[in-house]
Amino acid sequence: MSGMRIRVNPIACKAHGLCAEVLPEWIELDEWGYPILDGDELPRQLVAHARRAAKACPTLAIMLTGE
Amino acid sequence: MSPTRASTAVDAWPRRVLASVNDDDVFTAHLDTWGPLPSLPGPAVIDEIEASGLLGRGGAGFPAGRKMGSVAAGANRRPVVVANGAEGEPASGKDVLLLSRAPHLVLDGIQLAARAVGADEAHLAVHRGSSAVAVIRSAVARRRDAVPIRVHEIPSRYVASEETALVQYVNGGDARPTFTPPRPFEQGVARRPTLVNNVETLAHVGAIARRGAHWFREVGDHDEPGTLLVSISAEGISRRVAEVPTGTTIGAVAERAGVSRAGVGAVLVGGYFGSWLPAAYAWQLPLTHRAMRSAGAALGAGVVAVLPPTSCGLVETARVMSYLAAHNAGQCGPCVNGLPAIADALRRLASGGWDERWWPALERWLAVVPGRGACRHPDGAVRFASTALSVFAEDVAAHRSGRPCAAVASGAGWLPAPRPSEGWR
Amino acid sequence: MTGFSSAPLWYTTRSTAIVAFVLLTVSMFLGIAATQRSLASRQWPRFATQDLHRNVSLLALGFMLAHVVTTLLDTFVYVGWWSFVIPGTSPYRRLWVSLGTIAFDVIVVAIATSLVRHRMPLRWWRAVHWSVYAVWPLAFVHFLETGTDAAHGRFGLWLDIAALLSLVVAVAIRLGAGNEPAGPLRSVAGRSR
Repeated sequence: MSGMRIRVNPIACKAHGLCAEVLPEWIELDEWGYPILDGDELPRQLVAHARRAAKACPTLAIMLTGE
Repeated sequence: MSPTRASTAVDAWPRRVLASVNDDDVFTAHLDTWGPLPSLPGPAVIDEIEASGLLGRGGAGFPAGRKMGSVAAGANRRPVVVANGAEGEPASGKDVLLLSRAPHLVLDGIQLAARAVGADEAHLAVHRGSSAVAVIRSAVARRRDAVPIRVHEIPSRYVASEETALVQYVNGGDARPTFTPPRPFEQGVARRPTLVNNVETLAHVGAIARRGAHWFREVGDHDEPGTLLVSISAEGISRRVAEVPTGTTIGAVAERAGVSRAGVGAVLVGGYFGSWLPAAYAWQLPLTHRAMRSAGAALGAGVVAVLPPTSCGLVETARVMSYLAAHNAGQCGPCVNGLPAIADALRRLASGGWDERWWPALERWLAVVPGRGACRHPDGAVRFASTALSVFAEDVAAHRSGRPCAAVASGAGWLPAPRPSEGWR
Repeated sequence: MTGFSSAPLWYTTRSTAIVAFVLLTVSMFLGIAATQRSLASRQWPRFATQDLHRNVSLLALGFMLAHVVTTLLDTFVYVGWWSFVIPGTSPYRRLWVSLGTIAFDVIVVAIATSLVRHRMPLRWWRAVHWSVYAVWPLAFVHFLETGTDAAHGRFGLWLDIAALLSLVVAVAIRLGAGNEPAGPLRSVAGRSR
């Protein structure tokens, strides 16, 4: 386990959905296009993808914590 | 439609924060009952409040002394105190009552809290158009306080009284919740550590600073001592406020207010933001955070509403859900989309137009919406709806198979109606 | 300045200008369209378009630099070193060169801020990035007025029309129908917004 978690700022999120494209193993979209995130610690092999997902978000709503 | 003036207090148990309430001038009555503001220094205030076991009375029930301690400790900038007298909950009347009938105890509490955390600035929020506004403004004007208190009249919107919404309003923005962290106790007004307390909590602080922690603990539950203000609504009773020892059962409060148990099917605890409970179970439930949590409910701001025998729980639930859905802050997708969808389904279930395909959708929405907003508005609304479906399971079955009850026709609803809304600033 | 002039240098200036302009336009198109679900697919997700936008922008910057440097080295037409970054200082076709200078400056800042996007307030990044909308027309006019190829000959003209049209299409797509997800996750209630 990596000790890191992924979070979304629901106010900044505008349902672009790029995060789910980059990290489908961890992020699912609800029927309105908003991300449903697993709040657990990210497995090590997904950390790089999670960083990518945070970079891909047009409104910078995705954040990584615990580094 | 219930009037918006301060609710009348029920004379029941030993009066503490409502001790000075009578027909005299509020300042005179206050000084007669309580005397002048004690000169207890800041750290001593925190010690006394911690020893008293006072829990916040705004809904969360967080230990008040500990909250003061964390604001005081984390401060490398001068803290700020914000007193929350903006009762967004339509079924609650205690904050308005306190502010209009015992304002000086609250204002004393603000001064003491400011001293405790080392604040040099204080703010008090009340809803615009509330009957307490004039009284509280003149009360503030009559005093010569060490820490100036600025009164803010905030929009009468449901989420406006949320902690971070208040802070954002005081900072010059909309009265809408913000994303956390940081929470106000770390960074709030002008990015300074901010202590946000409900006015009832501050009133208790004002009393405890004079009479002591032991006095406070003489009454009420052992682990959650003291008194608390409860707003009770029932058939013919709207937002009547009583000061009761913690641990008093819901039934005792209801019966003292003249509410009979006969024919009552359910009780709503926590207001629009609360949970439905079956009447028999609720009647013997003590009013403590602990007991409520184990019942799957939350004490919240001490709001109890007893469903009249002639009302349909589903109809009331659908009406309140529509209100909650319309009163989101418009910021977070799951809430903005999910609550109206749930409200729509409940309306159909309650009043007609139901189709069984809505059921799996409703269950899905109730599962997917909570916990995904910036504030607890969607969580509370979903819990309100979920507990309704569970407590009114028989009605649900009947409505689902196309047999809605007689109460459907009445439409008007009985829970206290909210004030009309306005903008965000 | 004891510079030199030569046909190869001159042709390099012209060709890098054309490539830079095309890349700039392509980059803008990609940037405008990157978040649109209607232009993406399972095989070509939007973060791929984002990546392409970034790489094309950097490539465009490279060609712009080449264009600027070869222009400055060429003494056939004198354009001073300062006009690289400060508009209004070129004695040769002052106005039109200035437009190119401004466009270049803004694009450099837009690219630089994008590289550190995570470390600045989103509002500022967005303001800088959107100013590129104002700046592309300047590059367009610069191309038209100073470019030998743009004004004379059909190739230049068609290029200009195609570039303009492509951006109009991109903006139309962006401003058009909503960007909500379609597909099996629709609820019984349909759109609830």
